Amino acid sequence: MAGFLSAIANIISSDSTYINGALFVALLGFAATGEWVAERSGTLNISVEGMLLAGAFSSAVGYDLTSSIVVGILSGILGAIVVASLQAEMSHRLAADQFVVGLTLNILVLGLTGFLDREIDPTTSFATRWGVPLLEHVPLVGQALFDQRWPFYLLYPLIPFSWWLVYRTRWGLELRSAGENPQSADVSGIDVNRRRRQSIYYAGFTSGLGGAFLVFAQVGRFEDSIVGGRGFIAIAAVIFGGWTLRGTIAGCVLFAGALSFRLSIQGLGYQINTELLQSLPFVVTILGMAVFAHRVRAPAALARPFVRGIK
Amino acid sequence: MARGAEWLVLYVLSILVALALSAVLVETTGGSWRPVMTALVDGSVRAPGRWGETLGSAAPLLLVALGTVISGRAGLVNIGQEGQLLMGAAFATYFSFALGGPGPINLVVLLIFGAVGGAVWAGIAAVLRFWRGVPEVLSTLLLVTVAGQAVAYGLGRDWLLLASKANRGNRNQVSEQLATGNRLPRPDLFGNEIPLMVFVAVILAVIVALVLTRTVWGFRLRMLGHNPRTAQRAGVSMSHYGVSALMIGGAFAGLAGASMFAGGGFSFGNYRLVPGFSTNIGWTGLLVALVAREKAVAAIVVAFVFAALRTGSGFVGSTGVAGRITDVVQGLLVLALLIPPAVMFLRDRRRARFATTARA
Repeated sequence: MAGFLSAIANIISSDSTYINGALFVALLGFAATGEWVAERSGTLNISVEGMLLAGAFSSAVGYDLTSSIVVGILSGILGAIVVASLQAEMSHRLAADQFVVGLTLNILVLGLTGFLDREIDPTTSFATRWGVPLLEHVPLVGQALFDQRWPFYLLYPLIPFSWWLVYRTRWGLELRSAGENPQSADVSGIDVNRRRRQSIYYAGFTSGLGGAFLVFAQVGRFEDSIVGGRGFIAIAAVIFGGWTLRGTIAGCVLFAGALSFRLSIQGLGYQINTELLQSLPFVVTILGMAVFAHRVRAPAALARPFVRGIK
Repeated sequence: MARGAEWLVLYVLSILVALALSAVLVETTGGSWRPVMTALVDGSVRAPGRWGETLGSAAPLLLVALGTVISGRAGLVNIGQEGQLLMGAAFATYFSFALGGPGPINLVVLLIFGAVGGAVWAGIAAVLRFWRGVPEVLSTLLLVTVAGQAVAYGLGRDWLLLASKANRGNRNQVSEQLATGNRLPRPDLFGNEIPLMVFVAVILAVIVALVLTRTVWGFRLRMLGHNPRTAQRAGVSMSHYGVSALMIGGAFAGLAGASMFAGGGFSFGNYRLVPGFSTNIGWTGLLVALVAREKAVAAIVVAFVFAALRTGSGFVGSTGVAGRITDVVQGLLVLALLIPPAVMFLRDRRRARFATTARA
C-alpha cells in the first residue's frame, strides 16, 4: 500500500503525466468547444466523432500532398466541415432525424477513412515544438502547457473566442435562443434552422482543428479509427459541464486526467481497474446529471427538431 | 403524378445516386466496381449457405429495431441499443452457466435473462429520466460505453463471466462455450442453416405492429409520443408508460444479444461471449428502425438489406478492394433513404401553404 501511494506521488510529481494530460485535454477541448456551441443551438451533434476522424484524415492527406503543416490543418478543417455540412443540411434543412444522420456519418466516415487509408496511405510527420520562454520552465505544468508542438497553442485563442462568440455577439444570442425557445426565436425573426446549421459548421471547424492536432501534435501519423470514441467523451464533457463553457473545459481536464493517470500507472507496472477508469467519464457524467439535474438545465430545445408552425 | 409513383421515383433515384457514388469511389481508387458488386451479392445470398448467414444477422437487427420502434412510438429517443444488447448477452451468459439445467429449459432461462439484462440497462436510463429528469437521449448514449467496460470487467474475472483456465486455453477475456444441447437450433432448409430466431423475430414484428395499432396499451403509447400533454390529460401516466416503453425496448435489444450468444454461430463469437461481441448490431439495428420510419413490418425488409450488406462485406476483401467499402455503401444508402421522406415532407408543407393562401 505504501508502495502504491508513493507511486501515486511519483505520478503526480512527474512531468510526463502533465504532458500526456495536456495532450488529452487539447483533443477533447477542440472537439468539446465546438460541440458545446452546437448543443447550445439545440443540436445534439453525435457526428463530432466522425468530424474529428475526417479532420484527422484530410489533414494527413493535405500534408502528404504539400508537406506543409499549415495546409494540412486547413485541409483538416475542410474535411471536418464537409461532414458538418452533411449533418447540418440534412438535419436542419431537410428535417431528417439528427441522430440517424449523426450515427450514419460516424459509420460512413469510419469506413471511408479506413478504406482510403488503405488505398492512399498518406505519410505525415510531427509539427515542430515551440517553447514559450520563461513559462516553459514553470515546475510541473510548464512543459505541459508551454512546450508543445505548435498546433497545440491554437486551443488557447479558440476557447475565449468561442465564449465571446456565444455570449457577447448578437449571433451568439440568436444561437442560444434557437436552442432554448425556437418558436419565440422564430417569431422574433431569427432563422432558427440557419443558426443551428451555422453552429454545426462551427463544430466542424473546431473538430477539424482537433483532428489536425491529433495527427500533427499527438500521434504523428494517421491510423485507422485513430479517434477511438473520444468524440463521445467530448460529448460527455459538454453534458458534464452543464452546457457552460467553463464546465465543459473542466470536464475535459477531469476526463483527460483520468486517461493520463491510467497511462502513467500502467507504465509503473501497477495493475489497476482499467475498466472503471475507462468508463469514469461516462459514469461521472451520468451521476452528475442525476444529482444536479434540477439545478443544471440542458438547452430546452436540445435535440428537438424545429419545423415552423408545428407544435 | 400519383403520390405512390412520386415516392417510388424518389427512392429509386436516391438509391441509385448512393450506389453510383460508391462505384465512383471504388473506380477512382484503382479498383473496379463490377467484381465488388458481384462479391456483395455472392456473399449475401448467392454463394452456398449465405442465405442462412444473412438471415442470422437480420434476426438480431430486427429484434433491436422492434425495441426501438416501441420506445420511439412513445416519443422517447433511445440510442443505447448497443449497450443494452451487450448487457443482455452478458446476463444470458452468466445465468446460463450459473443456473445450469437441462437443455431446453436452460435455453429459455438464457433468453429470458437476456431480455432482463437489456431491460435493466435501459431501466437505468428510464428511472433517471422520470425520477431525476435526465434526458434519456444522453443517458442511453453514455451507458453504451459503460456497458462495454462492465462486460470487459466481467470477462476478466472467473467468478463472473471468464471461462475456467482449462476451458479457455491461451485466450483471455472469453466466456465458457455454450454446450451443444443448450444452443438455439439452426434447422437446415435448402442447404442453409436458418437460425430459429429468424422466425421468432418475424413473428414478434407482426405482434409489435398489432399491439401498437390495435390495443389500448399501444394507443396510449402512441398518444404519449404524439402529444404528451394531451396524453396526460387523458389519464395516461407518463412515467408508467415511458418507463415500460424504454424497458421493453431494452428487453428486445437484450433478447437480440442473448439470441446472438445462443444461436449466432461463427458470426457472433461462436457460442462464447468475447469483448466486442455486439459488433455494431445495436447501432445498425437502431438505424434499421429509423430508416423503416418506426414501422415494425417495414423493419423486416430493412433489416434484411442491412444484414445482406454485412454478410456481403466478408466476400468483398477477395476482390482486392478493402472490405471497409461496405461501411461506406451502407452509410451512403442510409443517407439516401433519408432524403425522399424529407423531400416529400417539405413538398407537402409547401402545398398546404398554397392551399391556404388560395382559400384566403
